[in-house]
Amino acid sequence: MKILVCISKTPDTTAKIAFTDNNTKFDVNGVQWIINPYDEWYSLVRAIELKEADASTLIHLVTVGAADAEPIIRKALALGGDEAIRVNTDSHDSFYIAAQIAEVARQGGYDLVFTGKETIDYNGSSIGGMVAELLDLPYISLATKFELAGTTATVTREIEGGEEVNEVALPFVLSATKGMAEARIPNMRGIMAARTKPLKVQEPVAVDALTSVSGFGLPPAKAGVKLVDAENVEELVRLLHEEAKSI
Amino acid sequence: MSVLIFIDTAEGHVKKASLEALTYGAKVAEQLGTTAEAVVLGTTQDDLPALGKYGVKKIHHVNNDNLNHLDAQVYTKVIAEVAAACGADTIIFSNNVNGKAIAPRLSARLKAGLVAGAVALPDTSQGFVVKKNVFSGKAYAMISVSTPVRIIALSPNAYQTLAGEGTAEVVAFNTSADAPKVKLVSVNKASGEVPLTEAEIVVSAGRGMKGPEHWGIVEELARTLHAATACSRPVADAHWRPHNEHVGQTGFAIAPNLYIAIGISGAIQHLAGVNRSKVIVVINKDPEAPFFKAADYGIVGDAFEVVPRMTAAIKKLRGIA
Ligand SMILES: Cc1cc2nc3c(=O)[nH]c(=O)nc-3n(C[C@H](O)[C@H](O)[C@H](O)COP(=O)(O)OP(=O)(O)OC[C@H]3O[C@@H](n4cnc5c(N)ncnc54)[C@H](O)[C@@H]3O)c2cc1C
Ligand SMILES: Nc1ncnc2c1ncn2[C@@H]1O[C@H](COP(=O)(O)O)[C@@H](O)[C@H]1O
Repeated sequence: MKILVCISKTPDTTAKIAFTDNNTKFDVNGVQWIINPYDEWYSLVRAIELKEADASTLIHLVTVGAADAEPIIRKALALGGDEAIRVNTDSHDSFYIAAQIAEVARQGGYDLVFTGKETIDYNGSSIGGMVAELLDLPYISLATKFELAGTTATVTREIEGGEEVNEVALPFVLSATKGMAEARIPNMRGIMAARTKPLKVQEPVAVDALTSVSGFGLPPAKAGVKLVDAENVEELVRLLHEEAKSI
Repeated sequence: MSVLIFIDTAEGHVKKASLEALTYGAKVAEQLGTTAEAVVLGTTQDDLPALGKYGVKKIHHVNNDNLNHLDAQVYTKVIAEVAAACGADTIIFSNNVNGKAIAPRLSARLKAGLVAGAVALPDTSQGFVVKKNVFSGKAYAMISVSTPVRIIALSPNAYQTLAGEGTAEVVAFNTSADAPKVKLVSVNKASGEVPLTEAEIVVSAGRGMKGPEHWGIVEELARTLHAATACSRPVADAHWRPHNEHVGQTGFAIAPNLYIAIGISGAIQHLAGVNRSKVIVVINKDPEAPFFKAADYGIVGDAFEVVPRMTAAIKKLRGIA
């Protein structure tokens, strides 16, 4: 079995969010980059578990990004990917990225394509669905569990107020969220092995982006907290009722 | 030209998030000087014409057994057909669980620019620009869509439902939907409780509660307020509470009208999932807890004393003995 795992690079969760160039670009100054948590903790680790259960499984990683994404992809290889493909481009429109991933997927003939639920910077939740449509494959979003028996997968996904279990035959695309697997840290052997694993760089296919960012902004700061004495909880309830009108 | 709104259902009932999408879509239609139409798939139990009170004029009902359960691939094809038939140039979804599965597919199919997680009406003064949250609510971006057809997936709880007058004309739309490849095996819903992502009020607690045996006072407050319960990540990781209560950067992102945080420090990753709440109340014994900076109201005090008092005060307000 061959699995393609999509890996994106995002700012560390504590990164300071600021913008430059007249609020049109994210300020990368001093920002630490990490593997998008949904890609690392859930989608990649679940793929690695599948390989552990069946050693003939091949895990390919794909990232669409510039050369500065390489430390991220090496870390993903250290966790357990077999080889990686980087599509060399800087673009950030979801459709453009999805079209690149779909092209890689077509070339590789994968049984499964795993993405994360969303990138924690762009919060698109879009790329998995777009890739699935471009490949004309089924798509299961927000998957919390994945089991495989032969060529049929049983996938649990989040719904409002609970979850549902679906059955679908390979090949298909899924987006992974919490529950799929437990986060791991790379060990020394993995880190050493990652240095010599293949990392192929290929040029993007020509596609037109469908959207562009015209500007960023920060939400207005809160007015400040109104503190109420712990002995006077009734006053808090009154404020929530009369002033905030929220109860 | 028209605006087409996707009506999402669960067990045949229209979801609350779709009422927001209908209200929003009708407003977009008004802005663009066209009419608002909607599409609903599969068997429904609700009074569809009554949805006209949210401003939608016509509802295309594709009642086909292949559409009784979501297979995003099948749904996308059918919605694309309806969109073509009614000449839709703007298609609206809720960015809820099903919207996240369908809207991106439709975007790729129609080469229609998608704004996923919109939080405001489009600005049409110069092109078509829609505001969405990025960096887990720590910032927003203005997304410009230049394609002839555009898709907006509206963030749940970002746009207020508004009911007026009117009934919608419901018309059957006949098409042969493909047989689904995704088969539903089972549904597991916590019955009787308010789903976290749809709740108006959320009562959430963290490690300050010391252990799962102390959650009774949190649940009692939630019950009194008809609220959903939530928790911080370490609480879910320690299995004090189920994973589907975990909110934050790596859990659910929610935007209730009121979020009450009890014994939660307010780490940036926690705030990322709750910072779109309209009103935030923090109860924490440490006056230096970072959460107070993001709060509207706060009490510095011991949760074990404050929470039962709060429940009692709300019961008194509501006239419950
Ligand atoms: C990549 C990454 C992603 C993460 N994602 C998330 C996420 O999605 N969601 C999330 O929640 N966290 C997330 N975290 C973890 C986050 O950084 C914090 O560690 C976590 O939110 C802390 O949980 P807490 O506030 O319950 O516990 P603590 O930080 O231990 O805070 C407990 C609080 O309770 C107060 N307290 C103690 N006793 C009482 C009492 N008797 N009465 C009142 N108050 C009391 C204390 O003053 C303290 O402020 C993430 C971390 C990383 C690195
Ligand atoms: N540049 C990228 N390269 C590879 N995969 C990506 C990229 N951007 C996003 N993805 C994948 O798509 C998922 C959803 O991203 P998004 O739609 O941007 O929220 C992520 O969790 C990744 O798995």
